[in-house]
Amino acid sequence: AALAAQLSLSFAECPGTGSAQAGRAAACQGCPNQGLCAAGAAGPDPAEAAELRARLRAVRHTVLVLSGKGGVGKSTFSALLAHGLAADETKQVALLDIDICGPSIPKIMGLEGEQVHQSGSGWSPVYVEENLGVMSVGFLLSSPDDAVIWRGPKKNGLIKQFLRDVDWGEVDYLIVDTPPGTSDEHLSIVQYLSATRIDGAVIVTTPQEVSLQDVRKEINFCRKVKLPIIGVVENMSGFVCPKCKNESQIFPPTTGGAEKMCQNLSVSLLGKVPLDPQIGKSCDSGQSFLAEAPESPATLSYRNIIQRIQEYCEQHHLQEEKIM
Amino acid sequence: SPAERANLAGVRHIVLVLSGKGGVGKSTLSTELALALRHAGKRVGILDVDLCGPSIPRMLRVQDSAVHQCDSGWVPVFVGQDKAIALMSIGFLLERPDDAVVWRGPKKNALIKQFVTDVAWGELDFLIVDTPPGTSDEHISTVEALRPHQLLGAVLVTTPQ
Repeated sequence: AALAAQLSLSFAECPGTGSAQAGRAAACQGCPNQGLCAAGAAGPDPAEAAELRARLRAVRHTVLVLSGKGGVGKSTFSALLAHGLAADETKQVALLDIDICGPSIPKIMGLEGEQVHQSGSGWSPVYVEENLGVMSVGFLLSSPDDAVIWRGPKKNGLIKQFLRDVDWGEVDYLIVDTPPGTSDEHLSIVQYLSATRIDGAVIVTTPQEVSLQDVRKEINFCRKVKLPIIGVVENMSGFVCPKCKNESQIFPPTTGGAEKMCQNLSVSLLGKVPLDPQIGKSCDSGQSFLAEAPESPATLSYRNIIQRIQEYCEQHHLQEEKIM
Repeated sequence: SPAERANLAGVRHIVLVLSGKGGVGKSTLSTELALALRHAGKRVGILDVDLCGPSIPRMLRVQDSAVHQCDSGWVPVFVGQDKAIALMSIGFLLERPDDAVVWRGPKKNALIKQFVTDVAWGELDFLIVDTPPGTSDEHISTVEALRPHQLLGAVLVTTPQ
């Protein structure tokens, strides 16, 4: 008989070590943690949950940047979203990097070498601008090449600390950059942020099927954990040569690209961002691409997408206020 | 243990394809490396331990294949023009190709161990192991599970920036 049927691994997800189903769900069969979870040892500490709620009470909007696929531009997008939102000096923006193994945000934001300071009210974010604060495991390493070789539980612990111990203050927008995949970091952030409201997820992809394949899984993940999807961004979507102005598809959308996928799965396509070699350079040098190349077609795309995200968040907020 | 050694006993060289960074071409390289070695007459297998984003089945156009069992364990799916490259991936175990595998570390570790000890690889010159980005559960578990065997080494993939 086909193995998939024999394996009692129902490919349902882990219900979460903190859920009432922990250790008891069908998906728990065969998990080495089952005993611990069933005994309630891994359950949520009500005091901890209250702590998280208190810390996150002053956060108005939270946006998760996800993919499923690696290397599509999540961190680049998160950084530019943060810069774009912080251009309005009346808004307070926070950028949280929960990619523990491959933290790119410090370099992209020009903050390599910075360290985290502690005060009476908790860990201080590292500020790029007065109204733009950043937190990443990158700031906790003694050297940028230090590998963080941690299994899931330890990663989860640090993510919880980032939310509980960082003194973000009053925040209009909390942007969370994630690693690729649908695993510990993703389950944990959704679980811990249930203490506040997540406006939704922005999912980044590139046009080719190998990426879309992983992104469809991410969309399914969002649906399973009831995380609203603000929309999808198709990155590296075409390249216009600055010399001959010819357009090439470096990553051809052999199965219709993000547009077709969004149609099929009824999610919003927020926009397409073309490849621009200046983007990579700006990231490497820690500068905002939007500021360095204001005339680039990519900048125009980013700005349109950022505006759509803002509108979604504001509308969401108004609807909630109506309900309340 | 003898059982653990048995299924990899016929494998001469094990090569890990790593990066740290996502999207640099690990799966692409693993696939091309396997195809090139096969073309050169070697007996080749690919173990895809990217549980959340398994790309190899699609790259070799066998995403609709299923895995079966034999006396010595799980039978890999045979791919390539002459159906001679042995492939194991979680991609074959999904009910639907878009199903998300939303597992925490311990469950991932358990499956990786099974992939290493329970797949009947047979006689291979090269086993290429494709990995996900990062330095976490999948990487630690794969190296630990492969430890009794002689690892040829790792090829690291990057892009210029």
